Parts: sequence; C-alpha cells; structure tokens
Amino acid sequence: MAHRWWGMVIDLDRCTGCEACVAACHAENNIVTVGAGQAARGRTMHWIHVERYWEGEFPNIRARFQPVLCQQCDAAPCEPVCPTYASYHNPEGLNAQVYNRCIGTRYCANACPYTARYFNWFNPAWDKPLQLQLNPDVSLREVGVMEKCTFCNQRILAGEIKAKAENRELRDGEVKPACVQSCPTTAMVFGDLNDPNSQVSRMSRSVRATTLLAEVGTLPKVTYLERESSHGDE
Amino acid sequence: MATNSAAQANVIDIKAEKIRKDLLLPVFHTSRRYYVLVFVLGAIGLPGMFVYAYQMYEGMGVAGITRPVFWGFYITNFVFWIGISHAGTLISAILRLCNAGWRRPVTRCAEAITVFALAIGAQYPIIHLGRSWLFFWLIPYPSERGIWPNFRSPLVWDFFAISTYLTGSLTFLLLPIIPDWAMVRDRATGVRKRIYTVLALGWRGTPREWHRLEVAMRIMAVTILPVAVSVHTIVSWDFAMAPVPMWHSTVFGPYFVAGAIFSGIAALIIAMALVRKALHLEEYLKPLHFDNLGKLLLVMSLLWIYFIFAERLTVWYGNQPAEMAAFWSIQRGRFAVLFWTMICCNFLIPFPILAIKKLRTIAGTVIASSTIVVGMWLERFLIVVPPLEHKYLPYDWGSYRPTWVEITITVGTFMGMILLYVLFVKFVPIISIWELKGGQHAKPIAEQANATVNPAAIRLDSTLPSTNS
Repeated sequence: MAHRWWGMVIDLDRCTGCEACVAACHAENNIVTVGAGQAARGRTMHWIHVERYWEGEFPNIRARFQPVLCQQCDAAPCEPVCPTYASYHNPEGLNAQVYNRCIGTRYCANACPYTARYFNWFNPAWDKPLQLQLNPDVSLREVGVMEKCTFCNQRILAGEIKAKAENRELRDGEVKPACVQSCPTTAMVFGDLNDPNSQVSRMSRSVRATTLLAEVGTLPKVTYLERESSHGDE
Repeated sequence: MATNSAAQANVIDIKAEKIRKDLLLPVFHTSRRYYVLVFVLGAIGLPGMFVYAYQMYEGMGVAGITRPVFWGFYITNFVFWIGISHAGTLISAILRLCNAGWRRPVTRCAEAITVFALAIGAQYPIIHLGRSWLFFWLIPYPSERGIWPNFRSPLVWDFFAISTYLTGSLTFLLLPIIPDWAMVRDRATGVRKRIYTVLALGWRGTPREWHRLEVAMRIMAVTILPVAVSVHTIVSWDFAMAPVPMWHSTVFGPYFVAGAIFSGIAALIIAMALVRKALHLEEYLKPLHFDNLGKLLLVMSLLWIYFIFAERLTVWYGNQPAEMAAFWSIQRGRFAVLFWTMICCNFLIPFPILAIKKLRTIAGTVIASSTIVVGMWLERFLIVVPPLEHKYLPYDWGSYRPTWVEITITVGTFMGMILLYVLFVKFVPIISIWELKGGQHAKPIAEQANATVNPAAIRLDSTLPSTNS
C-alpha cells in the first residue's frame, strides 16, 4: 500500500458559508447536538465550523467565510502535551485522537491554536428515534473525553479496503470526507499530498495557497486558497 | 539586624519545664472550642466532596469551564496551592542552611503548610480531569494497555515533580518530629501511649540517633531546595509550553517560583499568627519572627512587581496582535478590575506596611499577608483564564464564568486545608521542642547529648544559659 499523507485544500473564493459541511459532519461522525442552553455557553461541537469575518471599513465591507476544522498539523501542539498519548500522529500523517486513552486533561484543546478540539462535557444523548440514524462506522464518545475532526478516517479505511479487494490502488478523489462530499460549490478538495499529481497537491501549490496561523509553526495539512477578487470591487 | 547572630539565636529564653508544658499542652488537652472548630470546618468543607462526586456523575459540564476556556478555577487553585506549598520546605530549608537561629519556632509551622498545601493542590488536577477515575494512567507502570505515559507532556512532569516534592517535604516534616513524638510517648498513658510509641519509631535519644538526625536533616535541606524550585518551574511550564498567547513566555519559570515563595511566606505569617493566638504561644512566636519574615515578604513583593512589570512590558512592546488581545482584556477590559485589585493586594498595600518599620508589627504583617494571599490567587486566575479567552482566531473567543460547583469545591478545599492544619496541631507540638532547646546552647546538638537512655530528659533537663540579647 502506498504511503499516504492526507491533506485538504479549501478555496475561499468558492465558499459561500452555507454550512452544509457542518451538517454533513454532524451526520457522518455522530456528533451530538448540545441544545440551546449549552450552545449559549459556548459548548457547541462542530468539528468543522464556518468562521465569518468582516473585511474592510463600512460601507465597503464584505463577509469572509472560512471553514475551520482540525488542520491535522504535522507539528501539532496538541500531541506532545497529552500525558496519555490519546492525541498522536498516525503513520498517514493524521492527527489521531484515541478516545479510550483520553482522561480529559483538556491540555490539547488549550494548546490547539485553532480551537479545533471539542470536549464531551456530558454523556451524549439522542432523542428517540434519532439514535437510529447514528453511523455504525463511527464510535460514540463518552463523557470526559476530547474529540475532533478525523478527516473521516472511517471513509479512508473503507476506501482502502475496497481498493484492496478490487486489487488496485486508491484513485485520487475516491475518498471524500463528509464535508468535501457535501460542499455544493466544491470549495473543498481532499486527497494524498504525497502524490504530486493529485488534485489536492496541485491546488496546494497555487499562488493563492496559504495556511492558517502559519506563524505559529504548526505545519497544517489544510491549505486555504485566498480570495482572488480584492475587496470593494464587486 | 542590628543585633549579632548569637543574640538572635537566644531570642527565646524560657525554662525547660515551661517549654515542655506550654508546647505539649495542645497534645494532651482538648477544649470544647476545638471540637466546635473542627465541626464547623468540616461542615463547610464537606459539601465540596459531594459536589465533586456530583460533577463526576453528571459530567464536567456542571462546572463553568467551556470552549475555549478549558481550564478555569481548578487549575487556578492548583497553581495557587502548589505556590502556597513553597512556604515551608523551601523557607525552612534556607533558614536551616543559613543557620538562622530565629528560625527554630517557625520551621515546623512552615513545613506543615507545605505538606498540606501540596496534598490539597495535588487534588486539583484530578478533580479537573474529565475522567477522574483514570488519573492513574499518568503513572508509569506495566499495564495491560502496554503503553507508557507520554514523557514529553508537562502534565507528566508535574506528576513526577509533585510526587517527589510531596515525598521529600513529608520526610522533611516528619524527621524532626520523631524526638518530639518520643517525648509525648514518655508522658502519655493508654491509647495515646500506644499510638505515639508507633509514631516515635523507637527513638531513645542516644548520641548516635541525634547525630543521624542532624545529618539526615542537613541532607534533606540541601536536596529539597532544587526540588522545590523545580516544582513550581514545572507548574509554570504547563502554561509556557503551550503556544497560547501570553502563556508562551520564557519568564514564567522564575516568575512562578518568585510568586510561589511570595504567597508561601504570606500563608506562613497568617498561620503563625493564628497558632500564636489560639495556643497562647506569645512567648515563642515573638514580634521578631514576624519582623524578619516581614522583611523577607518585602523583598518578595519587590521581586514580584519586578517580574510582572518585565512580563507585561515585553508583551506590550512586542505588540503582537494575538497577545495584545489578551493583554488589553487584562489591563483595561473585562479583567481590569481584578488586575488592579491584584496590584493593590500584592504591592500597593503590603509594600508600605512592610517597608515602614513602625508598621511591620504582627498585626501589620498579618494584614499585608492577607492581601497578598488574595492577590496571588487573582494572579493565578489572571494567568490561566484571560489568555484562553483570547486565543488566535477572534471567531473562537469566548468567556468563562465559574458555577456554584467550582465555587463549592474551592471553598471545600480551603476549609480542608485549615482543618488539616488544625488536626495537625492536635497531634504534633507545632513548635519543635527539641530544636527550640537546641537553640539555647552554643554547642551542636550531637555534642550535648549525654549517654543516658532516658529519652525525654536529654534535651530538656540541662540548665539553660541565661545570657540574652
């Protein structure tokens, strides 16, 4: 099996801030919805969320939508601080979270510059019959553990098993995390960064390519393509 | 000090029989007020334990911590108590090594604070865990999980640092208690005699035993110093190692250690004043002791204001956007009131009190110490919370407000600390009797010991030199 290094590109020119990715992520990954009360206290759990910023001075302002998920950093600040190796780097470059090892120090969440980690403040619960729609491929997380975006690791594994069964290599674009699949404007692209010809590799070499908070030195594997149109020219 | 050291060593000149009587009194006699005090402390403190159980049952969500402020009151209290723990062992070790004669009635008061504050402080990382019942996964032991703790994690360093410090300071506290327990044993009857016979570890008071005790104390005093310094440095690294604006600072190690000693001395002065009043030890804990500790506190206050100035100035001058958000929220935003209260409590109020000789009385030092303890708690809070509220991406900023759960547990541990101290005073003479006596002789203890096997008689029945300052 080829050695893969999964990465993502998000084109901010294409993102409309529709939040389909957020809904898809919730459905795919069995993420609990916390309810209005907890949400008001800032305890929402959206492994991917769309950050909205205003650019420019009134009246020449425009909204900038920036989907933020775990950046799967190569030099991830969350990993060394975890006392139990719950947060560790897997061989495919993914920043994995092993729920069973997590004891809930929440140090990783403080260390993460993107605030991309979410804590289970209570045991997750779904009103009947919503428990029937849970994805059997994704484990539920109990109270007191940290969770975050996995790049839909279950889909990666399923794709690799399928390719192996058909005795072939995984094709570029064959594996799509839920957010990428659901994006109506195809603003998100997912693939293998070790393959120089994959779409994600080619796009990440774009002149518009930037990474979020590059100055912190986390070497993220999510690349953002900055907006081309300069502001105020609509 | 204007007087010479020999005069200082003899600040206490009381007949042996009286010392024994005064200092052993609380061990043998318990007033009704004592039981009431224990009951009240327990009644206020106990709900904290139930609330902790409730928090474990319901989930961490009953506390006020939230995203992005994942650490709040619990970690504040952790740092605060570990800081207080620097009262004892560190100060008493320094005073022992400097051979400061006036230290003798003070050391045990201080060392007991260390052990109890550590015991309380070490609870907090566990209380704060999402899954408290798995805290032992921090311990490196061959387990069925086949995995070591992550030695790169400052939290694992914490575990080792605190357990080392706790073991060391417990030894440092218990070693010099042995002769005093032997003295209680020889005077006690019944159950008390049996208990103290076990506690005294067969101490007979031979010259060889005295010699070994002295050597052991000297070794402990030297080794405990680097341990104490490293403990609070490592606690500071819990913050400094994370790339959080305002946390990621090289000054944190020494800044935390200075703050720890600062709050530790303040706690010691308060404890000494309370013990002095409650046990009528006016002849032992004299204004001189408060004066000397007050001077030490003055130095630490200056050092603290220097550190906070150095830390704030470099952040402000560096003017990095991510750091400035947290910086301004402390200086003139949501936390400004707490910040300026802290400056008043840690410097503006105690500095004049401690600097002016006339004000550096027992009452003066106790007032200064009280404000310092409050101020240092605020300092810990301001280190933990505001930077977490303002991390890099403004969209993810949030705010923290403690709930009744955190407040009850916090109150519970404060009461628990006082309760432990109150109980300690009942089982151990709070002033080291043999050391007090030792201080009244010019010669080292080992040389004075005579060969008789009657243990309690050795230190106390010799006549005292009557010279005094």
